[in-house]
Amino acid sequence: MNKQAIPSAGPDMKHLLDQDVVIEGDAAAAPTGAERIEPTHAGRTRAAPGAVPSLQAGLAAAGDLQREVEQFLYLQAERLDAKDWQGFIDLFADDGIYWAPARAQQTSWELEPSIFAEDKAMMEIRKGRVLHPNAWSQAPLWETNHVVGHVAIEAVAGDRIEVRSRFHMMELRRDSIRHFGGRYRHSLRRENGALRIVLQRVDLFNAQAPFDYVLQVWV
Amino acid sequence: MELQTLIEPDRVHKRVYTDPAIFDAEIERIFERVWVYCGHESQVPNPGDYWAVQIGRQPMLMVRDQDRRIHVVHNRCPHRGVQVIGNECGNTGQAFVCSYHAWSFWLDGRVRAIPLAKGYEGTRMDKGNPDCNMKAAARVASYRGFVFASLAAEGPDLMTFLGEAKVAFDDMCDRSPLGEVEVVPVCHRVIQHSNWKFFMENQLDALHPSVTHQSTGIAAGRVERRLKEQQGSAPLYYHYLSAFASSFEKWDGVQTINYPQGHGILKAYMGLRPQDPDTLEYEALLKKAYGEEKAEAYLSRSIHHVLVYPYLSVQSPLQQLRCLRPLAPDRTLSEIWHFRLKGAPEAIYKRSLWYFNLVNSPATMINADDLENWTKGQWGLQSAGGDWVSFHRNHGGDRFDDQGVGYSNNGTSEIVMRSQFQAWKRYMVEGAAA
Repeated sequence: MNKQAIPSAGPDMKHLLDQDVVIEGDAAAAPTGAERIEPTHAGRTRAAPGAVPSLQAGLAAAGDLQREVEQFLYLQAERLDAKDWQGFIDLFADDGIYWAPARAQQTSWELEPSIFAEDKAMMEIRKGRVLHPNAWSQAPLWETNHVVGHVAIEAVAGDRIEVRSRFHMMELRRDSIRHFGGRYRHSLRRENGALRIVLQRVDLFNAQAPFDYVLQVWV
Repeated sequence: MELQTLIEPDRVHKRVYTDPAIFDAEIERIFERVWVYCGHESQVPNPGDYWAVQIGRQPMLMVRDQDRRIHVVHNRCPHRGVQVIGNECGNTGQAFVCSYHAWSFWLDGRVRAIPLAKGYEGTRMDKGNPDCNMKAAARVASYRGFVFASLAAEGPDLMTFLGEAKVAFDDMCDRSPLGEVEVVPVCHRVIQHSNWKFFMENQLDALHPSVTHQSTGIAAGRVERRLKEQQGSAPLYYHYLSAFASSFEKWDGVQTINYPQGHGILKAYMGLRPQDPDTLEYEALLKKAYGEEKAEAYLSRSIHHVLVYPYLSVQSPLQQLRCLRPLAPDRTLSEIWHFRLKGAPEAIYKRSLWYFNLVNSPATMINADDLENWTKGQWGLQSAGGDWVSFHRNHGGDRFDDQGVGYSNNGTSEIVMRSQFQAWKRYMVEGAAA
């Protein structure tokens, strides 16, 4: 066996480790070893997000609640496909919850196992994660395409609106396409005139099937 | 096949991850011989309850009979070979009935009835012939509610196989005031595009978290700090994520214990004893159940992960378990379960559930990056860019006791992988009894 010593990478390594990754200008506040790895962005730049439609786009009849709700759901899906993570999070109320239960019969986002169950702080972590230059799993090209349909308003009471819909999401990652589908249930609240999500429940029809790889971000 | 030439003390040949013939040999010599985890007794609470389970390449059924005993049998009708049960789990009543020609079987696999049985009179397949039964696993045993089966009639018993790794199940159960856990009947299944060994190596690889998981660790740390500034404290589950971005030095400071059977323990305090009212209430319950001294010993066990080689990773302090089912050299299914501590307050379950949802679910913010590493790892090993996989970190510094147990005070030492491959070699080359 070759017993020749491996050249020490000491000085090189020190040079690398002394450099902080600048993450939203807050790196100094998190002095961990992890941050001291210099990111290389070569080949890992991401496409600029596509145009993000405004809330009013496509909404001809402003007074038509059915159409307003539909447009709201379409907007949310488009923001997700455009990787406009903050725009997506902003559609939730401050106490909003985004929840994909593991099974259709579940009723509590906090007491039963989920695919994901996130409040706004946790959604912010997910956003921060995918925007980090060294979110390795985000490096390969990936895109999603949502289609939302069957939008039905089930109940309107005061400022609250209950909506159910269906969705289909195709996801491209590297050279593979995956399909996710299921039901959305949005519990909406009108806040200062705008619709906001208090609870979005996502029942994936394939929630208990094997996942080939895991979810990239959200559905 | 010159298998012994592929395993050196400090490196292994890439073929052990990529060669289909070696994979086939692993299934025969390891997975279809060792004690394989089938499930928890609480998955089949009632007579007739069954759960399908894969042992090596064999589709099996774990089932509870009328006398409440648990059996593990091949899911195959001895008549024409058809799988008897087509579902993943359910209740089959008092008998299994084949959908093809209605052969039926008692819940231990013995044949119960054959339609128009007269037609078999005078043939080799009459009712007294054991070939008429659904074939049972050679051995079935359980420890603290966790059921294992071995397809080999000979070999060490379950407790010998588990050895010190049995602490995984003790640690889980001892944290319950009743000394028992029950399964939460949701199994997440995730397929990795890599050899099963990537998973086993990764579980006790303490150098990778702050590299692989830095994006999540840093993002979580930022929110955690903000909540602490705003509210004085942040829920424990933020720490679950932010801890992944601890410094290299901190990770190197944890210890690993590496057993000759390939099992291993990564030691570390998981931060599960904050002095909040829920934890204090829970700890009081444990002290009432076991006495001050024992309860303290249970609560202060330093365990991050326990590995049962070659297929199980148990995070006992949080009652979670991942079980590997190798499908191909480059395809591995993991089954992900968690358990409730019987008699513990709901708040303690919620605490573990956050970990399950954040780290072990199919929307994991942690394993997403592990899986990406392993996929790229498999591709790298399939390439002609090199032949060897290096496990040299801290090689030469390993300390072994007289039982062959390797201890390392460097969490990042690759003693973990070196030790696993010595066990692999014993199974694969020396034909060690499983």
